[in-house]
Amino acid sequence: MSYVLNTPEDRAAMLARIGVGSVDDLFANIPPDLRLGRPLDIPAALGEMELQRHLERLAARNTSAAEAVCFLGGGAYDHFIPSAVDAVAGRSEFYTAYTPYQAEASQGTLQAVFEFQTLMCRLTGLEVANASLYEGGSAVAEAVLMALGVTGRTGEVLVAESVHPEYRQTLETFAANLNCRVRTLPTPDGFLNPDDVKAAANDSTVAVVAQSPNFFGHMEEMQAIGDAARKVGAVFVASFDPVMVGVLKRPGDYGADIAVAEGQGLGVPLGFGGPYLGILACRGDAEYVRKIPGRLVGQTTDRNGKRCWVLTLQTREQHIRREKATSNICTNQGLLALRAAVHLTALGPLGLRDTAELCVRKAHYAADVLCQVPGVSLRFKTPFAREFALKLPGDVPAVLAKLRAAGYHAGLPLGRWYPDLAGCVSVAVTEKRTRAEIDGLAAALRAAL
Amino acid sequence: MNNTQSTDLVFELSRPGRRCHRLPACDVPGGDTPLSQLLPAAHLADAPPPLPEVGEIDLIRHFNNLSARNMSIDTNFYPLGSCTMKYNPKRHERLAALPGFAALHPLQHDDTAQGMLELLYEMQQFLAEVSGLPAVSLQPAAGAQGELTALFVAAAYFRDQGQAHRRKVLVPDSAHGTNPASAALAGFEAVTVKSNGKGLVDLDDLKAKIGPDTAVFMITNPNTLGLFETQIGTITEMLHAAGALVYLDGANMNAILGITRPGDFGADMQHYNVHKTFTGPHGGGGPGSGPIAVRDFLAPYLPAPVVVKDGDRYRLNFDLPKSIGRVRSFFGNVGILFRGYCYIRTLGPDGLKEVSEQAVLNANYLRALVADGYDVPHPGPCMHEFVASARSLLRERKVRAMDVAKRLLDYGYHAPTVYFPLVVPEALMMEPTETESKETLDAFADVLLKIKAEDPELLKAAPHTHVISRPDEVKAAKEPVLRWTAAGRPADEPLPAGRKATAASPVGAP
Repeated sequence: MSYVLNTPEDRAAMLARIGVGSVDDLFANIPPDLRLGRPLDIPAALGEMELQRHLERLAARNTSAAEAVCFLGGGAYDHFIPSAVDAVAGRSEFYTAYTPYQAEASQGTLQAVFEFQTLMCRLTGLEVANASLYEGGSAVAEAVLMALGVTGRTGEVLVAESVHPEYRQTLETFAANLNCRVRTLPTPDGFLNPDDVKAAANDSTVAVVAQSPNFFGHMEEMQAIGDAARKVGAVFVASFDPVMVGVLKRPGDYGADIAVAEGQGLGVPLGFGGPYLGILACRGDAEYVRKIPGRLVGQTTDRNGKRCWVLTLQTREQHIRREKATSNICTNQGLLALRAAVHLTALGPLGLRDTAELCVRKAHYAADVLCQVPGVSLRFKTPFAREFALKLPGDVPAVLAKLRAAGYHAGLPLGRWYPDLAGCVSVAVTEKRTRAEIDGLAAALRAAL
Repeated sequence: MNNTQSTDLVFELSRPGRRCHRLPACDVPGGDTPLSQLLPAAHLADAPPPLPEVGEIDLIRHFNNLSARNMSIDTNFYPLGSCTMKYNPKRHERLAALPGFAALHPLQHDDTAQGMLELLYEMQQFLAEVSGLPAVSLQPAAGAQGELTALFVAAAYFRDQGQAHRRKVLVPDSAHGTNPASAALAGFEAVTVKSNGKGLVDLDDLKAKIGPDTAVFMITNPNTLGLFETQIGTITEMLHAAGALVYLDGANMNAILGITRPGDFGADMQHYNVHKTFTGPHGGGGPGSGPIAVRDFLAPYLPAPVVVKDGDRYRLNFDLPKSIGRVRSFFGNVGILFRGYCYIRTLGPDGLKEVSEQAVLNANYLRALVADGYDVPHPGPCMHEFVASARSLLRERKVRAMDVAKRLLDYGYHAPTVYFPLVVPEALMMEPTETESKETLDAFADVLLKIKAEDPELLKAAPHTHVISRPDEVKAAKEPVLRWTAAGRPADEPLPAGRKATAASPVGAP
């Protein structure tokens, strides 16, 4: 079953029109000694029913967040997705179209992306947002590349150790191949001390990167960190949580120059890590807009003066500038940007606020009841939003294994990323978690210790 | 029918108080506690972000009516060269939505994701087999990120070999723009290699540019003109003799599945565009998935993690001491890899080979039909795509390739890729894919030939039947409006403290 349509008669007529005797003749330019000459060693074809049975069998070997109660966070969260999101994203006029190169035949996608960009500006309090990037980690790397271009500096990039470890690893991979030095500022107390930024920053510092809520779920003093960056003329890159800005201050409110985020919480299924949605917004100064990576949709008019939308400022991009482009990125995450736009529209300001508020309340309730389990305590003293670090008295991997057996994805073992935190887990609570589930986790933890 | 209902910007449809989503009441104690008792007020916003407020029918009507303003594979023939716009099977969508896959958290324990890991492990093996390159990383999110990842791998390999002086990456002039952009981002210097009159790599120019500082040659094969580089064996030998690596841009794998393999013709690394070759829906510009396959000696440098099998158990292996690190967070664009897996399992070895045979047959057939009215500068046979030129139309009737492209939209066809590759003037790059029928190709070619004879003024004003006529792109770039703000009022959201809107700041809607 290869979805081809041409019958043997069609093929014969086509070969005759081309003027060759066989399909093989069309491959004459491939030297015979380079031909494979055997069938590919992959399994034989499956019909749709067999394929479905096979995948259902594989699915049954997974324990998803739909089966076990999920308290996992770390940049991906088990949020509720209104059915309108799937209904719209399932329109095949959206999902089987490509990049809107022909604007006249792509106004649907272009307008939706323009709406997405506007929504991201409103979510961040910043003036310009692009059409999206791949996910939260490469968004941090792209923001730092922007900062290199905007400042023209060659000093250090200062990054809080409390930024998502995988975002930092991504940044370090990019930096290793460019003239860019990344210095990690330790966060032993679960937050970046703004005084440490002041001490480390100087007039060659390219950027300061911080995340709030941070990887542990705790809050950072973003205003003070940003002030320290601004004082030396460094770019302040803020990694934020696009759901929690329903109640928290936005990056623009605390003076971020560039805001980046993992947008998964905006209507994107967990999906084992992707495809997700990279958000990037920045201030509207010309030098920032010139350096922004990826696609941008702009408003204009057609020949009859009618309002419409096009891909714009493309002279930044690889297909025109080639090696001088601001980034090598080609496509955006169009379908995920659409999902986010529909999700935010479905929620509205009050829905986003209520979602964030429920997350905060339930997370604080969860912290209270979990800390009533003997030997369990909050690892850090700083405020948190919907995720927090817990210190456990037992061996963390063994405790988590017992909790898995009891039906809970209970938390992330922080020792995997922070050896000093080997005795700790982070626990995330979304609006989907019920009191019964939280109480159940506390009881299971008590039993597991 | 041009349905304009609810098609204003969603912000213009907004009316205070409308909602389409309500959350349950707070079921934990302290539901009435002010938030400022849980979080210091300094962290709290005064109000939620100004999002639109609409009811559900408005939302659905808005986005559904917008969707009708798109051309798509499911509604129109979409011969966009280099993008492999083949049919996206519906079964993939239903299977990807199974909660056992869709609701897996990326950081959950390996023991609770054995089915997913098995699928990804097999996908690694399938991609290795199709490429003839044994080590695979599924991490890159798109083709461009795959290129970049492979160049990071090459850079790490050369550093490890004490050959960090290899700073140059050679790129043919017909290559995708992502190639030189990725080279620059990986810290290399991109050097252009010319094409010859046949549209193939100019071996003399290549020879002149290979030196002791050459790190990688990035070649697209079949190339962007749809031609197989017949000298590929010689080319890869030249590079290897100079101690350099050969990278294969896998954008055009749809032409060679089961016929020839990059590893067998001398490539050391390649990326796949899973969304093209193995038919992930293109989503209006993503998501893609750009895994890479490399030779054994490059495997230690791949991004972590990779999926390994210990006995009957699958696990993510992060223990790769020489790894370049990560190019993104989490495992990869699993949803697209999943669809690619479904496709490979549906087709099997014979089906995959048939894909390439029929893609090449369709392209050559369309090429023969189009050649009746347009220049096709390079001799055939072509592979899965070809590049025609409207240069004689320009010369004789002052009609440009873009005019032809726009007029095709009137006839219900998405346009080919225009003005790419850069080496062909007035280029019209067509890739029909294997999932189109002879009748579709016949009808499309008839229209192309008919357009050629139409009134030039009609063509220059095309399209005539779409929701808009040609947009003013110069205005869009000169006076950028990148977000909506309420007309006649200052921006309806406060600028960050201490900052003024600059002249270059995007301004509100007219």
